[in-house]
Order: sequence, then structure tokens, then C-alpha cells
Amino acid sequence: MSLLDFFRTTKPSTASAAKERLQIIVAERRQQGEALPAYLPQLKKDILEVLAKYVNADPNMVKISLEHSDDNLSVLELNVTLPEDDESV
Amino acid sequence: MARIIVVTSGKGGVGKTTSSAAIASGLALAGHKTAVIDFDIGLRNLDLILGCERRVVYDFVNVLNGEASLQQALIKDKRSENLFILPASQTRDKDALTMEGVQQVLSELDQLGFEFVICDSPAGIEHGAMMALYFADEAIITTNPEVSSVRDSDRILGILDAKSKRAEKGLEPVKQHLLITRYNPSRVDAGEMLSVDDILEILNIPLLGVIPESQSVLNASNKGVPVVFEEQADAGQAYQDAVARLVGEDKPMRYVKAEKKSLLKRIFGG
Repeated sequence: MSLLDFFRTTKPSTASAAKERLQIIVAERRQQGEALPAYLPQLKKDILEVLAKYVNADPNMVKISLEHSDDNLSVLELNVTLPEDDESV
Repeated sequence: MARIIVVTSGKGGVGKTTSSAAIASGLALAGHKTAVIDFDIGLRNLDLILGCERRVVYDFVNVLNGEASLQQALIKDKRSENLFILPASQTRDKDALTMEGVQQVLSELDQLGFEFVICDSPAGIEHGAMMALYFADEAIITTNPEVSSVRDSDRILGILDAKSKRAEKGLEPVKQHLLITRYNPSRVDAGEMLSVDDILEILNIPLLGVIPESQSVLNASNKGVPVVFEEQADAGQAYQDAVARLVGEDKPMRYVKAEKKSLLKRIFGG
């Protein structure tokens, strides 16, 4: 150990390592905890059925995701990709 | 209505029973009629911490099985007339702990005029721990400033949010309180221990109290006197403050900063 090391005050703290590790596992656990509502698959199916009346529907057209961005706010994101040529059924 | 408060942690050995005994005694000392129930069926210990182990005749399981009435099983504390203890059984009859039975006991306690019912949970997330937390209105999450304890506390918070009666019935969520025990401010200053702020940032629930690591806790359990009666002891005072906060008083946190050694102590040691 050099003399310089002896005077170096910024020792890596084990407490900060503990904190970082915990923040990661707690964040992961809390994401898993937020289970998606059971109605999402049915909702997707219904939307597809409606779309099928007007265009050639394909299950991959509709993407649904739910995000909890805040304590009191959930965002339902609905993404519909229409086929390029709009030939109606 | 009685306030039903579970003292829980997930991890064992963090101070659930010590805290249950201290908080229940503190509430009783403050004049609130309080019952404390040991949910650790088969591993009864609350009676020992409260110093009433030789006065146990009937226990929680006897009441659930209809072998004794609740009044027969409740032990009146010899230090406070407001405190009653319902001990766990020493037999491993865990199936006796049914949801209906526990609910019946809790509603009887409510009818008997108890203001507080403290449920001392066993460690783990098995049946006994689930029964202790299921009916709770509030939860005191006992946590040591140490990685496995903090992780288990987070797990218990998830269970309270998903599996408690309040969660299942869609009622107002269980009110959560963080109680940090075995805190050593000098080690926090040295960067060797998670600080109060670190734990609050990770778990993100309101702080009820910080109990310093203290020799008085072992001394108190040796004697069978809850540490809250050790009025000169740092841990005893910290529990008194936590009790005061539980009944709505505003108390500053004590014993969270390392004590500065005086010049005399530095010279003569101690």
C-alpha cells in the first residue's frame, strides 16, 4: 500500500454497494408485482374483431401495453398497424 | 374499532417479538387498552419477552379449538393493567390457525373494547405469517440495515399489497410503517451500514422509528421486561418515541447520529 493510498479519504463504501444492489432487485420485484389486468387479452380480441370488419385483420396488428408512470396514473398504450394497401373486405 | 397492527418482516431474528412486546407495552403505558397476540404457533416466545411464561394456562390454539374462552386464555400483564397477552401454543398444530377462527378472536377482542391488537408474526411467508397479516389495518415492517432484511421487507410489502384482506376486498390499503432496528450510527458514518435515508429511498414507506443497536435489548429480554420500561436506555426511549408516533404525536428521531466522544472520554477511554 502506497503512502498516497493511506491519505486517500474516498474509500469505496460497502453501504453504497448494498444500496445499489438492493435498488435493482427491489425495482425488479415491484415491476413484476404490477400484474396486467386480466381483461387485456379479451380487449385485444375485441379490437381485432372490429378491425376485421374493415380491413384484413392479423393478430400482430394490435399491440397493447399498460404502464404505471405514476402512483395515480396508468397509461394504456394501443398501437394498431394497418396494412399498407387499404383494400376493404 | 380496534386498530389491528401486524409486526412483520419476512426475515427472522430482526426483532419482531422484541418490537411487538415493546410497542404493545408502550401503548398500554400510554393508557390504551392493548392485546398482543403471538402468531408463531409451535415456537412461542412472546410470553418469555414479556416475562409471563409461567402464567400461561391456555393459548391461542386452545381458543381457536374451543377448548378455552378468549377471556380464560388472555394473560393480564403484571406491569400494566391495560395490556393482555394471547400466547401461541407450543404444539405444532398449525392447521388450527384458520381464517374464520382468527377473525372470530379479533372481533371478540374488538367487542371487549381493545383499542389496539398487535399481531406478532412468525418469520417467513408461510401460513402463520399470512394469518398474522391478513386482517391487519396497519403493518409495522421491522427491518435491519442489512441487505437480506431489506429485501425480505420489500417482499412482505408486496404480499401486504396483494394478499391481505384489505387488498382482496379492494379496501383502503394496509397502512405501512417502517421500523428500523439494530441501527448503528457509527458504522453508518464509516460507510459500513445502510443509512436510514438509504432504506427509506429503497422501500419508500413512512418511517415509524429507528431503534439503535443496544445492550439494553438483551438485558431486557434476559429479565423478561420489555425494553420500553428501561427508561434510561437509548432503545427504550426510541421505542417510546415510536409508540408516540403511532398514536399521532410528532417526535423528532433520536439516536440516528453517532455520539460525539467528549474530550474526557477520548483521553480516559470509555
